[in-house]
Amino acid sequence: MFARLLYESFRRQKRRKLLAAVAITLGVTIATAMIAVATDIGDKINRELRSLGANLLVTPQEDTLDVEIGGVNLKPPSDGNFLNEADLPKIRGTFWHHNIVGFSPMLPVNVQASAGSGAANVSLLGTYFSKMLTLGKDQFTTGVRITHPWWKVEGTWPSDESQDVLLGERLAQRWSRRPGDTIEIAGQPHRIAGIVSTGSAEDDEIVSPLALAQQVLGKPGAVRRLYVSALTKPEDALARRDPKTMNPELFDRWYCSPYVQSIAYQLQEAIPHSHAEQIRQVAQNEGTVLSRIKGLMLLVTLAALFASALAVSAAMATAIFERRREVGLMKALGAGNVAVAALFFAEGTLLAIFGGVVGFAVGSLLARQIGRSIFNANIEIQPVLFPIILAIAVIVTFVGSAAAIRRAVQFDPVFALRGDA
Amino acid sequence: MTTQASAADSVVARRSGSPHTSMFVRMLLRAAVLRRGRAASALLAMVVAAAVATAMMNLYVDVQAKLRKEFRSYGANLVVVGKDGASLPPDAVSRAEQVLAGKGMAVPFAYVVARTANGQSIVVAGTDFDRVRTLDAWWKITGTISLHVDDSSDKPPTSAWIGVRAASVVSPKLEPFDLTFQGRTIHLVPASQIQTGASEDSRIYLPLSDFVAWTELNPTTLEVAANGSPEEVNATMQQLVQALPGAEIHPVRQIVEGEARVLGKTRSTLYASAILIILTSALCVLATLTGWVFDRRKDFAIMKALGASERLVSGFFAAEAAALGAVGAVFGFMLGIAIAIWIGHANFHAPVVPRFSVFPYVLAGSIAVALLSALVPMSLLRRVQPAIILKGE
Repeated sequence: MFARLLYESFRRQKRRKLLAAVAITLGVTIATAMIAVATDIGDKINRELRSLGANLLVTPQEDTLDVEIGGVNLKPPSDGNFLNEADLPKIRGTFWHHNIVGFSPMLPVNVQASAGSGAANVSLLGTYFSKMLTLGKDQFTTGVRITHPWWKVEGTWPSDESQDVLLGERLAQRWSRRPGDTIEIAGQPHRIAGIVSTGSAEDDEIVSPLALAQQVLGKPGAVRRLYVSALTKPEDALARRDPKTMNPELFDRWYCSPYVQSIAYQLQEAIPHSHAEQIRQVAQNEGTVLSRIKGLMLLVTLAALFASALAVSAAMATAIFERRREVGLMKALGAGNVAVAALFFAEGTLLAIFGGVVGFAVGSLLARQIGRSIFNANIEIQPVLFPIILAIAVIVTFVGSAAAIRRAVQFDPVFALRGDA
Repeated sequence: MTTQASAADSVVARRSGSPHTSMFVRMLLRAAVLRRGRAASALLAMVVAAAVATAMMNLYVDVQAKLRKEFRSYGANLVVVGKDGASLPPDAVSRAEQVLAGKGMAVPFAYVVARTANGQSIVVAGTDFDRVRTLDAWWKITGTISLHVDDSSDKPPTSAWIGVRAASVVSPKLEPFDLTFQGRTIHLVPASQIQTGASEDSRIYLPLSDFVAWTELNPTTLEVAANGSPEEVNATMQQLVQALPGAEIHPVRQIVEGEARVLGKTRSTLYASAILIILTSALCVLATLTGWVFDRRKDFAIMKALGASERLVSGFFAAEAAALGAVGAVFGFMLGIAIAIWIGHANFHAPVVPRFSVFPYVLAGSIAVALLSALVPMSLLRRVQPAIILKGE
């Protein structure tokens, strides 16, 4: 009898049921999409924050002092120690290599350059542009195009294997050179592949593939500095502790958390005779920005959940309110309050499950679409979200219906049947 | 008697004066009062939708400003340098601050390469310590030593900030040391150690006045943190060009572009969420209100059976929906502002300024949704004979 009542109720009141189901589905859709976006936004924004540049700097351990003002190196180039280029792919072998977005070696060399009208002693900066490296079977690309996304090139980026160079914007203006022209560096002619604009010291420099700078310096394999861009976890009390004072258990926890400090420690392990340091301007500030954006999305999600819960409640209340006469009839025929309430709750559960399943599917699609169109990356939907969403849908539907059901069962059947509902 | 009669007269007069409007208003009010429960649930849906819309619009506008402020902790976004390495005028800072007018700050820097006692080159910078602390809050400044002037000489030694890498060269135990520039020697006491992970680590920083007295050189660089949107920053840059004719001004592209990118993505996400949320709540309102109007088909039938014209009935339901939308919008707006303020407090520790300019949009949107949800069932009912509805089918 109960099953038949339930079945008939759905069969005969298609419009009302549809409205309630639509409300629940919409509510669940938005809840799913918002929760999915909010849980993944931290990772997405962390990647976007990498566009502010590298957050780690690796230098030779026994490095002499930089004599550098405004990015212009005033020190003789052959001075000091160097890192070995052959060690760089080892970065891919560190514990947190998945978190390392990219790295760029730098080798500044002072050279005599001339082009048509002008000749001067300028700085030549050797680096990777988009270099293919291999470690074992692992192949990956890295270079300034990943770590320094604000570098703009007019013309084309040179290949890392070529002898072509990029000319700094201001230098190009002074010497009136265009992409495709040639320039003489240390007596050798080189093609200018493009004009680079960075807004800082490189605008007055020549940027070349690393091999060319090493060749000019006469030190194959030499790297002066290494910029590493890594996804990190905001610093906390544990991160700031000195690893030397930790017990083994704590040390493991520290080592296995992607703090900027522990990644620096691992870089030092991977590259012999090196010293890795966080670039505080970038590393220290991304935590606050990240936590603000994450917090914002969390609160917006809460507001959205609240709104959809209220909307679902309103829809359920309406659906039940419309059926006072039915309740009156049922009660007149001898149904108890429990039986009536059970019918409504059963209906609500069915609607919630239906709305939950459809809403979850649509919400997942929506979240995916948002991820694709805004971050060009998929937003991962955790499968564990599904039972949670379904439970929330059922609970909200129950809570939303409870007040209306209470009022409905308390209603005197006489009034209901007389038509005063 | 006469008073009663005159009272009755006046009632008649009042009613005959505007029979339609008074009946119309009464019907509207009675409809809300008699069916409190139904009206309340429809109103609740309306209020929630309007509140969410208000909160999202407020946040969308305000969050960008809030996040921009967070990005200023990355330091300067504009750099002013003297043309061809020339010094800036001595009043450059005050001129720049005048342009900024409280919306940012400017910090002067002067650099020279000095020699240590054993002949090593080292970069020495002069700056304003207090300003640097504010602008570049990420500088890790440790070991501030309270200076005891126990020197026998009458002039107290100059205290300096010393970069960690510079310290290992000139003063490993943080003992006082001498620097020479163009034959002039200065005696320095390391007051604090600084660590930034960048070129600052290899430098020594002096208070600007001591630096100028020692080297007789004025600042060559101003690092400027200008608040505001990209357009405002651009305008500030143009004004700085005018205020400081002998200088070149560059944006710090690394910071400016990174900021724009992160903000852009955040804004798009917020925008997408706002549209989703507003759309969903509007649809829920639509569902609830449609049910509500449909449910009142008996009123509709009775009005028609009593001879009300199609226009009057439509007008009545439309007015009812519009009134509901308007009331919902007002309460929803207040609730929405409260939500926005709460989010601002919880996340940014700063109040979100209520934007009353969004109210017209919320109001118009609410009324439009309410009218739309009245329209759908109305067009369905119009085709049905009143007798059939009244018969109860």
